[in-house]
Amino acid sequence: MTQTPEPSPDGPAARADGGDALLQMTGIVKRFPGVLALGGVDLDVRAGEVHCLLGQNGAGKSTLIKVLSASYQPDEGEIRWEGEPVRLTTPVAAMKRGISTIYQELDLVPGLTVTENVFLGHELATAGFSRRAEATQRVRAILARLGHSEVDPNRLVGDLSPAGQQIVSMARALSHDTRLLILDEPSAVLDQEEVDNLFRVVRGLTAEGVAIIYISHRLEEIRQIGDRITVLKDGRTVATGLSVAETPTSELITLMTGREIEYVFPERPATRPSQDAAPVLEASGLSGDRFHDVDLRVHAGEIVGLAGLVGSGRSEILETIYGARRSTTGTVTINGRRLRGGSVRAAVAAGVGLAPEERKSQGLLLDQAVYRNVTISSLGRFSKASFLDSGAERRAAEELTRSLDVRPAGVDRPVRNLSGGNQQKVVLARWLLRDCKVLLLDEPTRGVDVGARSEIYNLVRRLADEGVAVVVVSSEVEEVLGLSDRVLVISEGAVVHEGPATEIDESKVLDLVMEGEVA
Amino acid sequence: MSDNPTNAAVAEEDTARVEKEAARRAEPGGLGQLLRSGAGHNLGLVLALALLAVIGIATGGERFASVDNVMTILRLSAVIGVVSIGMTFVITGGGIDLSVGALVALSSIWCTTVATQTMANDIHWIIIVTTALLVGAGAGLINGLLIAYGGVVPFIATLAMMASARGLAEIISARKTQIVSVPGFTDAFSREILGISVLIWIFAIVAVIGWVLLNRTTFGRRTLAIGGNPEASRLAGINVRRHTVLLYVLVGVCCGIAAVMLISRTTTGSATHGQLYELDAIAAVVIGGTLLSGGRGNIIGTVFGVLIFMTLTNVFVLNNLSISAQAFTKGLIIIAAVLLQKRFSRQPGS
Ligand SMILES: Nc1ncnc2c1ncn2[C@@H]1O[C@H](COP(=O)(O)OP(=O)(O)OP(=O)(O)O)[C@@H](O)[C@H]1O
Ligand SMILES: [Mg+2]
Repeated sequence: MTQTPEPSPDGPAARADGGDALLQMTGIVKRFPGVLALGGVDLDVRAGEVHCLLGQNGAGKSTLIKVLSASYQPDEGEIRWEGEPVRLTTPVAAMKRGISTIYQELDLVPGLTVTENVFLGHELATAGFSRRAEATQRVRAILARLGHSEVDPNRLVGDLSPAGQQIVSMARALSHDTRLLILDEPSAVLDQEEVDNLFRVVRGLTAEGVAIIYISHRLEEIRQIGDRITVLKDGRTVATGLSVAETPTSELITLMTGREIEYVFPERPATRPSQDAAPVLEASGLSGDRFHDVDLRVHAGEIVGLAGLVGSGRSEILETIYGARRSTTGTVTINGRRLRGGSVRAAVAAGVGLAPEERKSQGLLLDQAVYRNVTISSLGRFSKASFLDSGAERRAAEELTRSLDVRPAGVDRPVRNLSGGNQQKVVLARWLLRDCKVLLLDEPTRGVDVGARSEIYNLVRRLADEGVAVVVVSSEVEEVLGLSDRVLVISEGAVVHEGPATEIDESKVLDLVMEGEVA
Repeated sequence: MSDNPTNAAVAEEDTARVEKEAARRAEPGGLGQLLRSGAGHNLGLVLALALLAVIGIATGGERFASVDNVMTILRLSAVIGVVSIGMTFVITGGGIDLSVGALVALSSIWCTTVATQTMANDIHWIIIVTTALLVGAGAGLINGLLIAYGGVVPFIATLAMMASARGLAEIISARKTQIVSVPGFTDAFSREILGISVLIWIFAIVAVIGWVLLNRTTFGRRTLAIGGNPEASRLAGINVRRHTVLLYVLVGVCCGIAAVMLISRTTTGSATHGQLYELDAIAAVVIGGTLLSGGRGNIIGTVFGVLIFMTLTNVFVLNNLSISAQAFTKGLIIIAAVLLQKRFSRQPGS
């Protein structure tokens, strides 16, 4: 069946008077068993604006947009679309109105090609036969519009990087006649350049009168792209329609968290670990599929940051040290003892821990309770002769999740029911709990709100002060520089710079990265 | 093509239907919530068993409700029950074992061959038991190694084992049933303790050990983790391969135990023992609330699953109904149980 997107008859007229709300949600209530996720939320969005939705982890942002895209049905409340009350009963119904959503957890089918994913559910077909050539053509055009002509429409989505998958999601949204585009933490998997690219696309769309709902925990992004802001706290609207230009960041933070948070990095200890001492972790001449000849030395008590673009090979370096990937050449030693390559068991036995980047596939046991996710790597500590002391497990998990501010509190609910940022905290808690000598953190604050971020920074610094050697990978240059003692800049899989974090600034890092790209 | 007038009507109808569905899904029923939990599921199984008992009493009266009959049901449940406990572990760990029935046959025939070939009626029964356990464990080890290190998917590896083990059993026995008459063995296993058959005791002990192992030990926790997300488990530092091998050895040992029990109940070893045990065990595990895709396991549920099927058989036999009618009803029960589970475990949205 063909589905040519039909412009609705009153479309252009409604778009023209930009002042009126395209969408009005009032008094939205959504309950989950035992949790009031939304307790009366109001939101109004105008055509052609970028409306930012802010709130701490678990505030209800994703739930609200799932109500809007009709993956959830609200328990109470009213949705008006161009002034008319509507009931959005199915995702398809929402899509037909022109509401497209890019979810926080990407929802693509890895075994299908880019084109097949883009047109999934609204395939171009005649009498059941898909019109492949045309579909591929259209996908090429959309990708070009997104500035990513290099993505091959015939590649399997599972083979793409997270950033590449994000682009496919965007392409899918744009393959509909979109009036309202919802982006739930799109920048979490993107690096600076990609984010700029995304913003370019967003500006193009708003100029055409498309409304955008934008969710992010990076407040500086809100400044760049946003027009108005709605702040959620504990499932309620605490402020709506704030103008981005007139609201200081500190006020936003206070609105979100209900307290004042100084958004600073923990102080570095006065005495630096001597660079002459024997390192705890030493990788020399390490090469793998996506990186080559990496030398990395980390001393006890030191935090080393790896800066670079997404896809520059940083995660692969960590995973190789951890034994989850095999190196082609080079060695890894822990306290002078050489690690057997390609064995996670050996790495774990030697005291290495890795908090992986892809939390859902690599980190979480979604159906298991929070405390079980936290303790799974330290079961030895909570068992006597293989018998588990689940009381002790719960207590330890409770303490850690409280200090990371995992909401809602309580360690017995399945991780699946937590919000994205809170899931991330749970994975992190697992590795903070384990007594590691070397801790490898891949994007530790992805999707984590401002309040919990500073908490994570403090925890990591405290671990370092206790003598742990820490390696941090982050796409946020500011974070790498602020948290680490020493920084390695990685570009195209090679180390292009190494030095103290205090002697380099953000623009220098970006320059180095770009140079490497060109070279 | 897009302005086909009937399209709108169809869409309308569709919307209405889906709307109802959504409303039904969203209702936060207390009962639904209860049934979603493991305890609630077990309660459901108890109710199902009680219902069967009522039917049994109504149709069979005294013949059903006698102590003797209840003991018979339990004794018959014991053998398949032990196999099902082992199966619960494999399935919880994200695998499946189709070879259990064949392993029971192979173990049984191996034991009786050892017993008859030594020609010694004075062979100690411990040797028979050890042989059965070793054969089961060995075959399980081969399954596990093929799956964990050979990369063969569980379905195929154990399907192959199912064919080979049954074939081997036939070769060893030359397709003859072997009768065991080791006095010590018969004495040990056909006794009663506190008026309850040793077989029932064995089932009870295996079930209790299974429950403790799954719910209270690191082994059980790791089994749940591997079944839920093998990649995350590997990165969490669990030796996923070794653990997988252990799971298949475990179910193999359970098959060995079941073989001993079967020899004692029938006084024979035979290559035809354990026919279709794989299906009965999987059925019991699944209606017991263990997730077939792994990551969630329920030992108590499995025990009830076995009891429900055995009671059903008993009621049918008492009423002189055919085996075919039994099989048909069994199928209905499996479907009903799984649909109920789906109905109550559905996640809203994603
Ligand atoms: N399926 C569910 N079952 C039960 N509770 C849920 C479910 N989904 C979400 N919740 C709860 O609803 C609340 C809101 O979650 P939501 O995902 O909307 O947060 P969020 O604002 O998007 O957070 P984040 O910034 O971490 O993504 C949380 O307390 C969460 O635990
Ligand atoms: Mg969210």
